[in-house]
Amino acid sequence: MNILGLFVVVPVLMILFLFLCKDIKSIRAVMVTGATALLALTAVLVVTFLRERAANPDAEMLLVQSWTWYAPLNITMTLGVDGISVMMIALSSIIVFTGVFSSWNMDMAKEFFLWYCLLTIGVFGFFITIDLFSMFMFYEVALIPMYLLIGLWGTGKKEYSAMKLTLMLMGGSAFLMIGIIGIFFASGATTFNIVDIANSVRIPIEHQRWIFPVTFLGFGVLGALFPFHTWSPDGHASAPTSVSMLHAGVLMKLGGYGCFRVAIYLMPEAAHELGWIFLILTGISVVYGAFSAVVQTDLKYINAYSSVSHCGLVLFAILMLNQTAMTGAVMQMLSHGLMTALFFSLIGLIYGRTHTRDIREMGGLMKIMPFASVCYVIAGLASLGLPGLSGFVAEMTIFVGAFQNKGVFYTVFTIIACCSIVITAVYILRTIGKFLYGPIQDSHHIGLPDAAWYEKVSAVGLIVAIAFMGFYPFGISHIISDSLVPIINKLGAALV
Amino acid sequence: MEYSILILITPLFLFLFLGLVGGKLRPNIAGIIGTLGMGFCAVLAYSVAYQYFFVIGKTADSWQSIMPINFEWLRFTELLHIDLGILLDPISVMMLVVITTVSFMVHIYSLGYMHGEVGFQRYYALLSLFSFSMLGLVVATNIFQMYIFWELVGVSSYSLIGFYYQKPSAVLASKKAFIVTRFADLGFLVGILILSYYTKTFDFATLTANNAELVISSFAGGTFMGMSLVSVALALIFMGGAGKSAMFPLHIWLPDAMEGPTPVSALIHAATMVVAGVFLVARLFPVYFFAAPDVLTMIAYIGAFTALFAAVIAITQTDIKRVLAFSTISQIAYMMAALGVSKYGDHDGLGYMASMFHLFTHAFFKALLFLGAGSVIHAVHSNEMKDMGNLHKYMKITSITFLIACLAIAGIPPFSGFFSKDEILAAAFHNQPIIFWTLWIVAGLTAFYMFRLYFGIFFNGKRDYEHKPHESGLPMAIPLMILAVFSVFTGLIPFSEFISSDNKPFEMHIDMVVASLSVVAAIVGIVVAYTMYFKDSNKPAAVAARLKGLYTASLNKFYLDEVWMFITKKVIFNCVSRPIAWFDRHVIDGTMDNIANVTQKASHRVRGLQSGQMQRYVAFLVAGTILIAILVLIFV
Repeated sequence: MNILGLFVVVPVLMILFLFLCKDIKSIRAVMVTGATALLALTAVLVVTFLRERAANPDAEMLLVQSWTWYAPLNITMTLGVDGISVMMIALSSIIVFTGVFSSWNMDMAKEFFLWYCLLTIGVFGFFITIDLFSMFMFYEVALIPMYLLIGLWGTGKKEYSAMKLTLMLMGGSAFLMIGIIGIFFASGATTFNIVDIANSVRIPIEHQRWIFPVTFLGFGVLGALFPFHTWSPDGHASAPTSVSMLHAGVLMKLGGYGCFRVAIYLMPEAAHELGWIFLILTGISVVYGAFSAVVQTDLKYINAYSSVSHCGLVLFAILMLNQTAMTGAVMQMLSHGLMTALFFSLIGLIYGRTHTRDIREMGGLMKIMPFASVCYVIAGLASLGLPGLSGFVAEMTIFVGAFQNKGVFYTVFTIIACCSIVITAVYILRTIGKFLYGPIQDSHHIGLPDAAWYEKVSAVGLIVAIAFMGFYPFGISHIISDSLVPIINKLGAALV
Repeated sequence: MEYSILILITPLFLFLFLGLVGGKLRPNIAGIIGTLGMGFCAVLAYSVAYQYFFVIGKTADSWQSIMPINFEWLRFTELLHIDLGILLDPISVMMLVVITTVSFMVHIYSLGYMHGEVGFQRYYALLSLFSFSMLGLVVATNIFQMYIFWELVGVSSYSLIGFYYQKPSAVLASKKAFIVTRFADLGFLVGILILSYYTKTFDFATLTANNAELVISSFAGGTFMGMSLVSVALALIFMGGAGKSAMFPLHIWLPDAMEGPTPVSALIHAATMVVAGVFLVARLFPVYFFAAPDVLTMIAYIGAFTALFAAVIAITQTDIKRVLAFSTISQIAYMMAALGVSKYGDHDGLGYMASMFHLFTHAFFKALLFLGAGSVIHAVHSNEMKDMGNLHKYMKITSITFLIACLAIAGIPPFSGFFSKDEILAAAFHNQPIIFWTLWIVAGLTAFYMFRLYFGIFFNGKRDYEHKPHESGLPMAIPLMILAVFSVFTGLIPFSEFISSDNKPFEMHIDMVVASLSVVAAIVGIVVAYTMYFKDSNKPAAVAARLKGLYTASLNKFYLDEVWMFITKKVIFNCVSRPIAWFDRHVIDGTMDNIANVTQKASHRVRGLQSGQMQRYVAFLVAGTILIAILVLIFV
């Protein structure tokens, strides 16, 4: 058994054990053990990966293993990772781990965690496979539990939001399905294995012209691509804390990851030819999301729009089609995943105590909950790109990378994207100034308890990860940019 | 010189230590730990300065750049990577001395001033963070490292301005400071991007080498909208500097920043952070001079205008900290203007040297003024001049040290400000007469408003105090006295021996014509202030009434704050963000909802077809068969 497989096996085991649990204590024990096991596995994976990489510097994917699944169509279950998927797996396990602590006191905990584990299976499965069909399957596995998790455990207009989110993402995956079938038949390949397709065939350009937009859009919906992002504010606002964390932190990254792993990697010619259309959309996303966030009053809406802006930057950087910008895109995925998870975990914490998320109804929380508030400020500073935290390194890599592209079009859009650093500062500082600083607004808030130990575990874990990335970016950026070489080569070859 | 890294590591460590466990320490202990740490830094900085200037810095008649540490931190491309390191050359070593000295003084002073405040530990943690960031900024080896620390000082300044976070005005001020400078930093960032795109490097050494040859050749005359591209890039970089250094019209954040504790104003908003912009231009001076002389001229004019503009506002302000804030803006603009009029090399580079000289002397006397003001505020519990008066009777030390600082800033020989200001005026006199005369007027105005302030606080005005004001305790008085010594004597340093535009020492001398002109301006200013403000009189009111329009405009800071409010509240909020948010909810999301509704309605309609009645199904079947039959007959 390959170590990668364990990432799916562990959540499956967690589900089995959950069935046996009788009380909340044992449920928590199962979840904490499982999530810790996943973290430990990640550590092992990183070490193994680095060793394997040193041994096979030229191999595109490492730890490859394949099982035939449906022979007539050559559908296989193929595992394999490169540096980027390792990073995404690390991100996922950190967020799954902290998410468990953030949902310490859930109603119907057993059912909740069952779905939570299923979601986890989908997420890990997506990142460890390199077979289009299995990827798609895991993608769907990740989507379905979302509907129930939001619809049952959510708040506010939860049924509406759950329905909207699921339908829009399903719409995206319909495009994706068409795209995948298109790739299979147009390439004439006899496999769904991405690496094999990429290396053995060149999809005819006339097919690329329709498959590229379809797949990019399919994944783009999940990556909150303008104008298909509106599921995100409603969905996040209604979702329970840990689901928001996992969704904004990891699930939205499936979109960005898919965009370059499938759409750009397999259809480089079309990416060169049609990328500019999506570049305009993502450029809009970046400033549009930021401006929308400026006037929101609900904490979750602020962060949802902020996610639109930050994830827009991910797709924006991917479409710059050069190594530096794409490295930045992956770093931005990591950075956004971590800080948005931190945001949502803290918002959940605060909402659980004040029973409001409206920043106009709160004030001076710094005095009441200093720990949670300081963590929120740190998350905010990461979001507005303070050096030493993760956001800065990611954004700067993107900007410098994007600026290397020749042509006024790219330069103008890069400068537009740069403007987001100012707008981000506006909405972050406005939010912090309104509800954390200032005099205490509501006397009922006086005496509310600060973060409990499990909430502290969640927040501190994420902050450590954010600071680690901010202080030690060279290691991470090195692993990512090495893994991008095959894609960059393919893009380069497409120009010839 | 590897030990110079300790100058950075110590405050960083102090920040982490005090930030994480400071809350568990007794406030005094935390304060003393912070102060001792900073003292250690100051000792190290002096030792580095000694070694640099007197032992190893000079070879073959010019000052060398030494890079004891430099490592790659983040790689973008083969050629572009952010390095972190330490660059020691005359200006960075000078800045190390300035920052650690003033910071150390402020640390000591705060032990008294901030005594008993809630969040004392947090205050010291943030001071350490600021010191770390500022020190990292000045020793930056490349422009991106500078940008990193540039952002860090911005955040430390933000947190310290908003130190009293429960006070809405402090929160607003901190937000404004951050956002205005962030806006300027956007220009800085884009400037860096353009510059590095062409030159393929961030390194200061490479950029400035051989009269900025690389910059000139790599841009090769590219233009953008009629301006040469290299000028655009450098103007954008200057925009970043203008934001931090509060040049018109980006100065609006600095007066509000006075909401922070007074020692913070002394350290950040008078002596160190606000001169970062001047330092930036000085650092890139050869690039500006050789590659974009037009931008340098623009800097000179912006500097001269800001100096005059801020001085005019300073005259009418009544909050003593705001007077000092505008005075700071005016003096920094002086330094900018000096850089702007400077030429390169030898005595031609007088402006460059003078700018750095003034930066050096100004740091001490302005910090002294702020700390003195803090001592006064501590005694009378108000910032307003109307609540003060006749304090020379109660506060001897504060009064005398404040007078020394006033004389220094007014430019009276032999106080330090005289020498540095004189060199600036001399540089302007020989290069750009218009700028010289503007700055000359500003010199007179400076003397006037400073002595208006001095007489208003320590002589004329309020006499009856409910609680008798008393002199501040030793932790506050000692820094005042030390800084007073600096303010008297630093002018005597032969600065041109150490700092010059081409790093080669040259002889400077006092230009008698310029010196007498500037002293005349200063004395006139002081005399006018004396007649108007030394004793109670109706003269100020009469003058204000005569110049009503100008007076009101100046009192209201020429309404720039209102413009700022208009832009943020009206334009950004109501004209951009709100429509976008509305558009998102109603148009984009509305479309999505509509698609869903239409689908649902359509399915309602279609649902009627499956009624379950056999007769209808048969009817459909027959109708369909007939239809197909007809179609077949027609088309086949």
